[in-house]
Amino acid sequence: MNPHIDYLLRLGDSSLVMGQRLSEWTGHGPVLEEDIAMTNIALDFVGQARMLLTHAGKLEGAGRDEDALAYFRDTRAYRNFTLCELPNSGIEKGSGDGACYAFTVMRNLLYCAWQAQLWAALAESKDTELAAIAAKSAKETAYHLRHASDWVVRFGDGTEQSRARAQRALEQLLPYTNELFSSDPVEEAVAIAGIGVRGADLKAGFDHLIGAVQEEAGLALPAACGFQSTGKNGMHSEHLDFLLTEMQSLARAHPGAQW
Amino acid sequence: MNEIEWPLWEVFIRSKQGLDHRHVGSLHATDARQAVQMARDVYTRRMEGVSIWVVPSNLISASDPDDKAEMFDPMADKVYRHPTFYKLPREVEHM
Repeated sequence: MNPHIDYLLRLGDSSLVMGQRLSEWTGHGPVLEEDIAMTNIALDFVGQARMLLTHAGKLEGAGRDEDALAYFRDTRAYRNFTLCELPNSGIEKGSGDGACYAFTVMRNLLYCAWQAQLWAALAESKDTELAAIAAKSAKETAYHLRHASDWVVRFGDGTEQSRARAQRALEQLLPYTNELFSSDPVEEAVAIAGIGVRGADLKAGFDHLIGAVQEEAGLALPAACGFQSTGKNGMHSEHLDFLLTEMQSLARAHPGAQW
Repeated sequence: MNEIEWPLWEVFIRSKQGLDHRHVGSLHATDARQAVQMARDVYTRRMEGVSIWVVPSNLISASDPDDKAEMFDPMADKVYRHPTFYKLPREVEHM
């Protein structure tokens, strides 16, 4: 596949899967105010996905619009980072019973801290459409980051239980951020073309943001490890299938339906 | 579920055209910072405002509804307090 399109799918799919995951909280938030906040954030992610997938579809030139890309591609064709598809309940064995807000918010913190670096760098992209999407998304991401940081700090210096949950979430999720920074031919190609950016160049800014929040929250930063997830190459965890099945069921049952 | 309820806050929003912050509702939050953030999500998601105030509800002192008769009824028959008996010069606009 054309690396340019592949790169847009990576970003678009990641936003879409984040949006779908976060939308699972709609109607189930810990308090009413937070329910609305998280639903707003989920919608922002879906908005990013719409722009990125529409752009990818146009570049591809095969007549696929945002809906075709979102609803009629299967798991292996999805290019989102594995981090985004992990269930809200966390990834420990037996943790699937209930969604964990600390895990959800920690994932938001990590992904949005990366996105903040990404949008800043992509504002200079030679793909002017992508640069415009980045400029628009940067403001949203700044708010998402603020929302997530605020909660992580509250969890960190909250109760013993909230601190333990936040710490566990950080330990489970941080290894999945390795995928955001590892290089591969797609990324290298778009970086050379001035369209995209190397993940490695975003690492310092990411570390700085996460370090500041982790310190204020009084959480311990887990040691770096070599784990590499592979969602951006289409090899996903077992969780994405379930997410897509639910997300795509309506569009597949009623192809072309409008509402 | 935690049995302790978070404090209540009254939310005031100033719209783009407005000069004053208007009361729009209330919400629960643990502190002022969080209340402002939640007010943003709950009350400004359709571009209602450009500025937010939050005030702890328990700091608001209110008139007693039982005093309504002595507080407000006497004003009902004092039309002369309304500036409707003056002729405005034509030069004065926007009155």
